[in-house]
Amino acid sequence: MMSQVSAHETHMMPFAKVINVAKRNPIWLVLVVLIALFSFQTPYFLTVFNLSNILYQAALIGFLAVGLTPVLINGNVDLSVGAMVALSACLAVSLQHIGFVPALVIAVLACTCLGLLNGIIVEYTGVNSFIVTLAAMLGVRGLAFLYAGDTSLSSPTSDLMELGMMAVGPLSATAIVFVIFVVVFQIMLSRTAHGRNTYAIGGNRAACENAGVHVRRNVIVNFAVSGTMAGIAGVSMAAQLGAATPSYGAEYELWAIIAIVLGGTSLQGGRGTMIGTFGAVLALAALRNGLNLIQVSGFYVLVILGLTLIIALVLDRQFNRE
Amino acid sequence: MKANDKSSQRAGEISLSVNGISKRFPGVLALDKVSVDVHAGEVHAICGENGAGKSTLMKVIAGNYRADEGDLVFRGVKIDLRSPLQAKELGILLIHQEISLVPELTVAENIFLGSLPYNRMGFVDWQQLYRRTEEVIAKAGFKLSAKDIAGELPVARQQMVEIARAVALQSSLVIFDEPTASLTEAEAKALFDTIRQLKENGVAILYISHKLPEILQISDRVSVLRDGRYQGTLQTDEVDENAITALMIGRHLENPNDRPASHPGDEVLSIDRITVPGFIDQAELSVHAGEILGMYGLVGAGRSELAEVIFGLRDSPDVSMRWHGKPVKISSPSDAVRLGIGLVPEDRKDHGLILDMGGATNMTLPALRAVQHFGFISRDKEVRIFEDYREKLQIAARGPFASVRTLSGGNQQKIVLGKWLSTHPDLLILDEPTRGVDVGAKAEIHRLISELAKAGMAIIVISSEMPEILLLSDRAIVIHNGRVTRELPRAQLSEQTLVEGITST
Ligand SMILES: Nc1ncnc2c1ncn2[C@@H]1O[C@H](COP(=O)(O)OP(=O)(O)OP(=O)(O)O)[C@@H](O)[C@H]1O
Ligand SMILES: [Mg+2]
Repeated sequence: MMSQVSAHETHMMPFAKVINVAKRNPIWLVLVVLIALFSFQTPYFLTVFNLSNILYQAALIGFLAVGLTPVLINGNVDLSVGAMVALSACLAVSLQHIGFVPALVIAVLACTCLGLLNGIIVEYTGVNSFIVTLAAMLGVRGLAFLYAGDTSLSSPTSDLMELGMMAVGPLSATAIVFVIFVVVFQIMLSRTAHGRNTYAIGGNRAACENAGVHVRRNVIVNFAVSGTMAGIAGVSMAAQLGAATPSYGAEYELWAIIAIVLGGTSLQGGRGTMIGTFGAVLALAALRNGLNLIQVSGFYVLVILGLTLIIALVLDRQFNRE
Repeated sequence: MKANDKSSQRAGEISLSVNGISKRFPGVLALDKVSVDVHAGEVHAICGENGAGKSTLMKVIAGNYRADEGDLVFRGVKIDLRSPLQAKELGILLIHQEISLVPELTVAENIFLGSLPYNRMGFVDWQQLYRRTEEVIAKAGFKLSAKDIAGELPVARQQMVEIARAVALQSSLVIFDEPTASLTEAEAKALFDTIRQLKENGVAILYISHKLPEILQISDRVSVLRDGRYQGTLQTDEVDENAITALMIGRHLENPNDRPASHPGDEVLSIDRITVPGFIDQAELSVHAGEILGMYGLVGAGRSELAEVIFGLRDSPDVSMRWHGKPVKISSPSDAVRLGIGLVPEDRKDHGLILDMGGATNMTLPALRAVQHFGFISRDKEVRIFEDYREKLQIAARGPFASVRTLSGGNQQKIVLGKWLSTHPDLLILDEPTRGVDVGAKAEIHRLISELAKAGMAIIVISSEMPEILLLSDRAIVIHNGRVTRELPRAQLSEQTLVEGITST
């Protein structure tokens, strides 16, 4: 029976193959359509400069989405990552006096610890991660305001700005780092024991416990990693803007979760890919960018994003219904 | 094969005719032009191996699936079912192989789900609901209480709630898909009484089971499917188990191997004292290398819970055990797996399988380290393990990475078995290892268990099926009323001695 199926697949026309891939990852289809659409609308869209710009703009939400995907595959959610972005950015800027690298490391590690804490609370109290991280979202945002006050911090040196402007050819370093993370996380999810267990726990936690999988460790590590990625996003944001305020990153967690779900990860856990998340992050960035280029007003942009979201999710259900 | 139309005068009129039904799933033709008639007032059994298409046929009849070909005529009218709800309204009710209650709701709410009585204000009329529930329960002769929460009941009781639903709906065709899989013999007897009563009221009954004695006892006729094709219909009182089996698997089954006496080796696990809160009070037991220890008792006696304590899945205030002679403490399943213990759980869907994953992925879950190559999972190694056990256990799966959700019950069970065998444990605990498994595969699994023991594995088999305990055990213990009431070496094993164990006080 297996040979039947694979023979069927190999004999498919190239076109049918493309259709098949598109069906499994409809978001990439959406991305292609968006690019085609905007390319017809404005000559400024399909340029190397603009495309690398899209990647650059996608990177911040991208870092969060990459870190959050394993958490969602586990069957959990982390709503506190947006607030962590703010905390990390503020720490990175305000600690510049103790040295460039130490400041960044502390900023990121602080978020790692917060993620770790989220994971530990979720695992050892049994409280739903939605509630735990909703509380953390408020608490961490509060911490950021306590730490920085209601002001904008700016960096005394230009080191941060230089980091933000680093580039290879037309590609910014931030964008490159984002793509590297996508690749690393994809490999982690699909090829390592940790990744396999991440899916398995989302699929059936009881069966994993029965199989002797270290369920708690896996979940906690994923929360810590998600926190770390939020820390990195915060540092990048500070570097891009050369400044930080405690209101950075508001709603970022929502955009990241939207991207992940658009990318085909199930909110119930057990299913999802980094490739899907990547495609969705790009699609959202392309849509924003394209609408800006053809000068659609900001309010319409939100409405259109909302509509696209619904359409994409409906399409996904149509294609991938059981 | 006897023609069914002539010999069936004594049964009532035709309730349902299935005419040339075919159903294809991706990569498999589950039903191939199946035709069969079901009469009012008869119990019509459907037999076939795992994956033969029994459940699929039932789901077509109950509106869960649409046939690709063929039609259904129900009480003289051609019907085109689009949903289970529509079937239910017509009077066709399927009681699923897997229990499908809403666990948070009460027994009464579950029985009348979708048809709750309302009062004039539009609110649920609780008094009427409970009264009608009590009536239904009384009619069916079940020991249920209307206000209990369904999810908190033992499996056997949950099953009764499902059956009570059919009574409440006054269905004229009731389909049972392996209803006795998790019932004790006494409960099964109660179920048969209910079925007979349904039958007397002119209800047509389709009955699927892998337990042939049961089929001989309850059914009037039996139809056989093999690989999705209809094999014929037999008059039950004119056949024996062998005739049905032959039709099912296309050959005669050798008699179950009478195992030669084993020569148990060293003690692998010895439990000096174990208490399972709420179930078992200070029992002791031990199992040796190369020995099969049978654990008999009624459903609910605490055997599964005992296994969970051994395996570190459940806490116990009072347990002291030795592993290969050395004292150990097992506080989590990962401890148990590391020591070399495997547990094939009673409930494969809830505790055994990741349904969205493939057979290979499920099998390698407890021992991912064994398929790693420089920290990365090697698909080749996974496929090799899968193919190895697919062949040994004769698993009918579409491929190593095709989701196990759509596999038939028996094949799912074999995947769970393969999963633990691939860890090469010293001690394997099997909780109801052949529940929902067909005769051929059951014999296969029994042979396999014997072979594993012969190769030196220590094995504990928990079963509510007496013949299974009698066939497999080198030694058996009976658990009843929270105590080990009997410990029987093979020479003293008999139905009689086992029954004594569960009736003694
Ligand atoms: N939804 C589905 N998608 C794909 N294949 C399916 C689906 N349901 C069943 N099958 C396949 O159809 C065949 C018949 O399965 P079915 O569940 O009807 O068998 P069965 O006779 O009920 O077996 P068992 O005795 O183990 O319950 C099997 O090969 C099974 O894998
Ligand atoms: Mg079945």
